[in-house]
Amino acid sequence: MINIKKQEETFFKVLMIMSLIIIMSILFVIIGTIIYKGLPALNWDMLTKLPGGGFYLGKEGGVLNAIVGSLYLIIGSLAISLFLSVPLVLYINFYLPKKSVFGSIIRFSFDILFGVPSIVYGAFGFALMMYLGIRASLLGGIIAVALLIMPIMMRSFDEVVKLLPRDLPDALLSLGATKYEMIKVILRQLMPGLVTAILLAVGRGIGDAATVLFTAGYTDNIPSALNQPAATLPLSIFFQLGSPVEEVQNRAYASALILTVIILLLSFSARYFSSKYSKNKI
Amino acid sequence: MLGIAFFSLLLLLVIGVSLFLKALPIMKEKSLWVLLTSGNWKPFKGEFGFLPYILSTLYVSVIAIVIALPLSLLSSIYLCTYASKSIRRIFEPVIDLLSGIPPVIYGVWGTLTIVPLIANKIAPHFVEFSSGYTVLAGGLVLAIMILPLLISILLEVFRSLPKDITDASLSLGATKWQTVKKVMLRKSTPGIIAATVLSISRAFGETIAVLMVCGNIPLIPHSIFDACYPLPALIANNYGEMLSMPSYESALMLGAFLLFIIIVIFNGISRLTLNQIEKRYSL
Repeated sequence: MINIKKQEETFFKVLMIMSLIIIMSILFVIIGTIIYKGLPALNWDMLTKLPGGGFYLGKEGGVLNAIVGSLYLIIGSLAISLFLSVPLVLYINFYLPKKSVFGSIIRFSFDILFGVPSIVYGAFGFALMMYLGIRASLLGGIIAVALLIMPIMMRSFDEVVKLLPRDLPDALLSLGATKYEMIKVILRQLMPGLVTAILLAVGRGIGDAATVLFTAGYTDNIPSALNQPAATLPLSIFFQLGSPVEEVQNRAYASALILTVIILLLSFSARYFSSKYSKNKI
Repeated sequence: MLGIAFFSLLLLLVIGVSLFLKALPIMKEKSLWVLLTSGNWKPFKGEFGFLPYILSTLYVSVIAIVIALPLSLLSSIYLCTYASKSIRRIFEPVIDLLSGIPPVIYGVWGTLTIVPLIANKIAPHFVEFSSGYTVLAGGLVLAIMILPLLISILLEVFRSLPKDITDASLSLGATKWQTVKKVMLRKSTPGIIAATVLSISRAFGETIAVLMVCGNIPLIPHSIFDACYPLPALIANNYGEMLSMPSYESALMLGAFLLFIIIVIFNGISRLTLNQIEKRYSL
């Protein structure tokens, strides 16, 4: 009897360790494959040149348009979502009573918004743009991506604010500070958490293709105004991979490598900031 | 600030209503039942049957969850009960990175690894010919994509169990695995179901990766080695053409509306369950 118990225990333990190993190796295989395929095609021109004539037939050029387009897009949408989500989180946590129904309804609705797929944001953004009379442009992309990353920012920043010990705001208030002054002090304390939330949101926003497919359009040039279409890295990968020309496909792998490196950097710095935050906790 | 709070509450409603209004013309033309159960997709003849797309989405998501659930259950149980602190510290960034990798990268990897694997190694054992761009490929890629979400929610669910009950079971002489089986899993069944539902709804909405590996043929797939065409892929693939035909655009918006409603309902139910679990044990 004891033997069977022991065997069962060992059997499942082995299964569990195997599943951990499988998951880990999947990650390494994915990153390894991207590096293996992308590195040979990666060169300086890819990073610094716009697509030249016949780029999509395998002639020279790079994906600078997509890199800069993605950058513009994420900066714009980050500005919008920061402007909306930071005051919202502070409002829920410091202005509303602790067990406020209104606050939990807002949190709940953002949980749901977090689950809404990016293609729906894309379709909604597209419908909105048609209603407002905007064509596929940088502005349209910024609005759609801002909608996509706002729930991420809001929820992850909210988690950080919730972890803040209540003593600090209470002490400030008891010293006669107004709520606004209190928030100014607390924001400094919350900075690392906010940075982590931003990095998470940027990682999600910069890698998403389905939202920008309808809204930002695609172009070989760098947009110089909000009403011009903008290329983005994920779409550039997608379009290049769809080409029958082998060199163009190889460039898709190189672009995928560029995007992966960006994402890895963002992810590592998010970890760095959040670990720094947990060390500095009062 | 109050204004922003109301705006964000309205956002969900605005998205739903505007997609619904866009989908209304096609629903006036044909009954919803016909649209959902017909298999004929001929936009240029005005026939819009969503059945192949709905079934494709379902098949792909079911395969994904069947693969992902055991893997993530086993690994999150291990991380919660058996694993030492250092193993946990190694594994945390792995989950982070997996969840951070963008869908399009999963798609590229899928076409490089999974698709040839199925076409050359797996499919020949079962069918005569398969291109590799199949239901199975979509399911496999999706399974990997929902793993991090599933694991992180399961970890939260297990951690919210009060330590007393597992301690009680262990002190009565149960082995660790018996405690897991008879106490942990049983106690956290609602949480596990909620996590599963949440991950399925994530799989429903995944677009670009699925678009790249599923083959995109609008027919009802008969085996896992047939190509399929999930709903999000349909929307993403046709956005350029649809502008010329109002009913086509409306049909695609109906697709987006269906996705939205199903996912909001799934998310709502599972989030409510998870919130309740969190509340019950955080006191």
